[in-house]
Amino acid sequence: QSGSISGKVTDETGQPIPGATVFIKGTSKNATADAQGNFTITGVAAGNIVVVARIMGYETFELPVNAGNNTAPLTFQLKADTKGLNEIVVVGYGTQKKSDLTGAIAVVSTKDFNKGPLSSPEQLITGKVPGVQITSNGGAPGSGSTIRVRGGASLNATNDPLIIVDGVPLDNNNVSGQSNGLSLINPNDIESFNVLKDASATAIYGSRASNGVIIITTKKGRLGDKFHVSFSSTNAVSKVTSYSPVLTASEFTDVVKAHGTAAQVALLGKANTDWQKQIYQSALSSDNNLALSGSWKKLPYRISMGYLNQDGILKTSNLERKSASINLSPSLFDDHLKINMNVKGSIADNRFADQAAINAAIAFDPTQPVRANGKDFGGYYEWLYNGKLYDLGTKNPLAMLEQKVDKSQVKRSIGNIQFDYKFHFLPELRANLNLGYDYQKGEGNTNIPKYAALAYYNGTGGSYKHYSQEMKNKLLDFYLNYAKDLKGIKSRVDVMAGYSYQDFIIATPGYPVRDEAGDTTTAAGNYSEAQHTLVSFFGRLNYTFNDKYLLTFTMRRDGTSRFRQHWGSFPSVAFAWKLKDEAFLKNSRTLSDLKLRLGYGVTGQENIGVGKEYAALSRYTYGDANSAYQLGDAFYKTLRAAGYDQNIKWEQTATYNVALDYGFLNNRISGSVDFYYKKTTDLLADVTTPAGTNLTNTLYTNIGSLENRGVEFIINATPVETKDFRWDAGFNITYNKNKILSLSKAKADTSVGIATGGISGGTGNTVQINSVGHQINSFYVYKQVYDKSGNPIEGVYEDTNGDGAITSADKYRYKSSNPLVYLSFNSQFNYKKWNLGFSMRSNLGNYIYNNQASNNGSYKTFQNSNYLANLSRSVLSTKFATTQYWSDYYVENGSFLRMDYINLGYDFGRLMHDKIGLRLNFNVQNVFVITKYSGQDPEVFSGIDDKFYPRPRVYSLGVNLDF
Amino acid sequence: CTKDLDRTPITEATSASVYKDFSNYKAILAKLYGGFSVTGQVGPTGSPDISGIDEGTSSYIRGYFQMQELPTDEAVIGWNDGTLQDFHQMDWTPDDNFINAMFSRLFYQIAQCNEFIRQTSDANLSSNGIAEKDQATARTFRAEARFLRALTYYHALDLFGSVPFVTDSNEVAYYYPNQISRADLFAYVERELKGIEEQMVDAHTNEYGRADKACVWALLAKLYLNATVYTGTDRYTDAITYSSKVINSGYTLASSYANMFKADNNATSQSEFLLTANFDGTRTQTYGGTTYLVHAAIGGSMSAAAFGVNSGWGGLRTTSAFVNLFSDISGATDKRAMFYTEGQNKSIADLGAFTDGYAITKWSNKTSKGADGSNSTFVDTDFPLMRLAEMYLTYAEAVLRGGSGGSTTAALGYINALRERAYGNTSGNIAAGELNLKFLLEERGRELYWEGHRRTDLIRYGLFTGSTYVWPFKGGVAAGTAVADFRTIYPLPTSALVANPNLKQNGDY
Repeated sequence: QSGSISGKVTDETGQPIPGATVFIKGTSKNATADAQGNFTITGVAAGNIVVVARIMGYETFELPVNAGNNTAPLTFQLKADTKGLNEIVVVGYGTQKKSDLTGAIAVVSTKDFNKGPLSSPEQLITGKVPGVQITSNGGAPGSGSTIRVRGGASLNATNDPLIIVDGVPLDNNNVSGQSNGLSLINPNDIESFNVLKDASATAIYGSRASNGVIIITTKKGRLGDKFHVSFSSTNAVSKVTSYSPVLTASEFTDVVKAHGTAAQVALLGKANTDWQKQIYQSALSSDNNLALSGSWKKLPYRISMGYLNQDGILKTSNLERKSASINLSPSLFDDHLKINMNVKGSIADNRFADQAAINAAIAFDPTQPVRANGKDFGGYYEWLYNGKLYDLGTKNPLAMLEQKVDKSQVKRSIGNIQFDYKFHFLPELRANLNLGYDYQKGEGNTNIPKYAALAYYNGTGGSYKHYSQEMKNKLLDFYLNYAKDLKGIKSRVDVMAGYSYQDFIIATPGYPVRDEAGDTTTAAGNYSEAQHTLVSFFGRLNYTFNDKYLLTFTMRRDGTSRFRQHWGSFPSVAFAWKLKDEAFLKNSRTLSDLKLRLGYGVTGQENIGVGKEYAALSRYTYGDANSAYQLGDAFYKTLRAAGYDQNIKWEQTATYNVALDYGFLNNRISGSVDFYYKKTTDLLADVTTPAGTNLTNTLYTNIGSLENRGVEFIINATPVETKDFRWDAGFNITYNKNKILSLSKAKADTSVGIATGGISGGTGNTVQINSVGHQINSFYVYKQVYDKSGNPIEGVYEDTNGDGAITSADKYRYKSSNPLVYLSFNSQFNYKKWNLGFSMRSNLGNYIYNNQASNNGSYKTFQNSNYLANLSRSVLSTKFATTQYWSDYYVENGSFLRMDYINLGYDFGRLMHDKIGLRLNFNVQNVFVITKYSGQDPEVFSGIDDKFYPRPRVYSLGVNLDF
Repeated sequence: CTKDLDRTPITEATSASVYKDFSNYKAILAKLYGGFSVTGQVGPTGSPDISGIDEGTSSYIRGYFQMQELPTDEAVIGWNDGTLQDFHQMDWTPDDNFINAMFSRLFYQIAQCNEFIRQTSDANLSSNGIAEKDQATARTFRAEARFLRALTYYHALDLFGSVPFVTDSNEVAYYYPNQISRADLFAYVERELKGIEEQMVDAHTNEYGRADKACVWALLAKLYLNATVYTGTDRYTDAITYSSKVINSGYTLASSYANMFKADNNATSQSEFLLTANFDGTRTQTYGGTTYLVHAAIGGSMSAAAFGVNSGWGGLRTTSAFVNLFSDISGATDKRAMFYTEGQNKSIADLGAFTDGYAITKWSNKTSKGADGSNSTFVDTDFPLMRLAEMYLTYAEAVLRGGSGGSTTAALGYINALRERAYGNTSGNIAAGELNLKFLLEERGRELYWEGHRRTDLIRYGLFTGSTYVWPFKGGVAAGTAVADFRTIYPLPTSALVANPNLKQNGDY
């Protein structure tokens, strides 16, 4: 006998929730709530069943029902799942309920993502997670970000977190032709980010987990969902927000007349050109996405397509990305076998603008015109001497952009198929097999025509260069998981053990450089190919006692082909205590959640980069045709014995974490505070070898140690919640400080440190240093002396070591580019069908070296033979006659407050007889920046402001349609 | 699948396989010779031999030139790169990155030679199955590698005095080598050179670019001429013995002085060149070596095209003290006076201004016939590491300093041979009475300037430090000033001291 059940799905205030899925557990019978929240499921067998209602953003609700002929209408009042204690969190090789977590894991899902036109996935969570610093690398289309989880754990090995997309760990090296491989994943396909921060969470990924793990899960179809089409289109215009401060044509003329020679004055032109305005533009972009999802019989599916076309504000830069993804997630054998298959593919066509034009626009003489009379150099004005191009002169920045055609096409596909089998005879036991791949191919051409000044070699030439690179990675993971409630002893155990194999191949052919006539000007380099393999065994035990005391052990044994001693072990242990469930707090109505978490673990690092796959082997490298050597009449391609350290081994990071999760007022206010300490030992650093002992002077070897310590705090609250109005607010703040503890195998390390932080100006000049006892990337400069009125006195520095002379020994370590504190505040207001949201972010204590001012900020700068160069406005206050690269005058406080975006949306609801849902939103990105920094933008990860592609302000209008 | 962890290189060779194939031996030998020229395995940059410095700046010849010429009266440079100006100010510190780069380059070269010598031991040649006839060739290669190592150790002993000491008996590993005293290193280099003398190819019979017996003798002559500086004991008689051997070995002066520094000097000047660091604009590309010497010396109103290159880097000029060594700077009489003066001030007010100080036009990428070199950025011109003229000057100086076995008549003849080439006739010849040590130092300046000899010469004459001889910007002062004596050797780099606790810093650094 079969009947039907019906009912209504509402939220806590009684408002209907259209679109909620209602189904009968263990069957495929389901329905979708209509605009009034009503549903009916027919063909229900009589008896005890469980009816489940669920929709994104609400806690799933299960209702046991004794179905009969006249089952009363059911009412599902769903609680908003903003606090997500029952949220399912993706951990390594499995999932866990958020309330059962013992490690530091943050979840950010669709509803919390940053709004607006975002071309790269990581931008969705900028500022959302304490302890995670995401700094975009500039405003170029598709440009990536530098992501740091709790500071960098290493000095020279990678500091990027491990990023896993649908179970496939990505290669964090970018293929040639793509500055940011992550941008080949369409952010619109992403459902959630799980950020694993402490070792107890990450150690299951052992070898690559020292810098945190970011697990990205893409959207899927749902069992029982109807066919659903959603379309979104966002169109945006990007505007330049500021220019680097330089002299105007008339100011420049005055300066040249006052400080230049007669010959230099004679070089002045009559034009009035703002070169920076010449190279930048207002740029349009359009991002269109179509997604089809639903369930075809028992086969849930989601298919999506995306098309992004984005112009950059630096003229000629452009990104065109076509992407597609397919997800199929069928369940077979009464849900015993779940299959999840994902294939994502994208093709990106890039045109890169030569960022050298940014510096050239700053330095080009503003009294010269953009175009000259004549056909040379494509009609652009260039510096001449004796009627020929003066090669040392600044090249016309607009010509650089228009004439250098630097295009690439990059293809990437990431896919996996995952089988999760629950044993028929032992349902507590699951077997999970995941097979995946990540394929990337990039190729491109960098062409400069013969007539361009950039390639003007005595009237012959032109430069035509092709390049390509292919990266092929494959993955196999297998694990068994056994979970059992042992009610008799109030315990639950959850044990997992697995195996993983991942293989990376990178191949780079060599190509010749040709001139316009097609003749080879530089012979092809050698073909290179390298392979690198990781094999791992891992396991985890979760033990829960009395549902209050949680214990997690993990262990991973990792093998890498990089080291001769392949293997390393990475254990972790964590304990959590649900204090709220203790008798003394159980009845507190104010306090709704309180959990203490303690964790310790060891993670590893072996990624010292492409080209270092065989760093432990004695090997010989072939020279190319351009580095051959003549003996007699013949040229020999040489063979070089490469440096190697046969004892190189895993870098290890031990992390301690102490944290408290809290919630008040039924979790209307919730958050956590984490204290952590990370110490990296056997640091993989590129350090000087004892002279003569090895076949090169510096080598990646295990040397030294460094530490990071910090505090993270997050609070999320819903201060106001009424029927029509709701305000959600979130605030998080992170303090992180790192220190280098040692950099040498020798005990007494008296060296000044390892110079780093190359600048524009001269050859090989640096302004930063890594020294024992100091922060990573500390600035290493002279202490400027000022006169009574506060102006810097040129070339006069403090004699910090008191030896009576100013030598390089008087440089001192001054601040660092790393912020000590970073924080973020975001708010979302909903009033009826309106919503308004914004996000603000601030870094404090980060310093920045103003390279544009230091390199262009002296009267000497314009005084070149046969050409003039414009100056930074800073020269008007410093009055420096010659460049003073190492004055701390140029190290400025880069603290800032930025409004990342403000977004206003209106939901029209269901239109045209419920057939179409329509939402509109208006967004402004990069609304304002408040800072004392005198240059363009203080947020430069390296701390050196040079050739930085400015971040635009972006105005966008988006429309979402649901069918 | 744990066997997959034993990955071996795909597009590189391993030391185990590379020495089984004799055809690889010459490629490795080419790398050892190329160590003076190229900076890595991808020309001009991309796969550097040593790191921690701009790759072009890491060039052996560029580094050697900077350390031998910049702190002297022969050269000034305008660039504000790192601590480059400290060479003029003569206040360099152990943290100087240019000094560090040169030190690293020397020990890079020594380590590469050690590796080859070790891998080509008689035992290894047999175990690698090298044919008998090839083994003989391999042994010659090995002797040449020992010569190149001796030459590099000679540079180390001259520049740094007491340095870490590693030979082919040390394996590639992480350990702390001991420091060898300057005198002991002198004895080692001398012993090595004498040890390989018989194994080297006869003088003037090896192919171009490779060392022969004359190179061994020439290096011994250099060593002995400076023995007082290195060991406190003079060896002028030995200097005469070995310079004579070179002079009588079949090498002859090239006919044109200027052609020795042009793009086709490998064709025009082989008769005089004992050993060269070879460069080629298309096949041996680097931003160091003669590419640096040509480009860096062009600036002001000079035309780069006149030197066969596409641009000038506006850096190197000379001081008035050097200009004054020539009584006629026009080049009309002594053709070695190769100055560019148009728009240039003879005296230097501002080191950073290219137009302060006369420019030097000695190095060029034009051929002897006036054609451009094969590439407009990278220069074809080879750099003579040792040439016959230096042996003439060495012989004469050793005679004047009291060595026996030579004669002042012969010395005068050799000096006048150089002057006849310079003047094109005998008008510049000197009389016996004019031949004295002061004249010889000046003549070495006129003959060998910008070839990396000046610092060593001034030290031997006791003029490099102290106040007896000051030149513009000696010690960083426009008029020149006294400099402390400990600066006759360079400091060991701090990074080397930190990496090896067995090392002790030189002198007063």
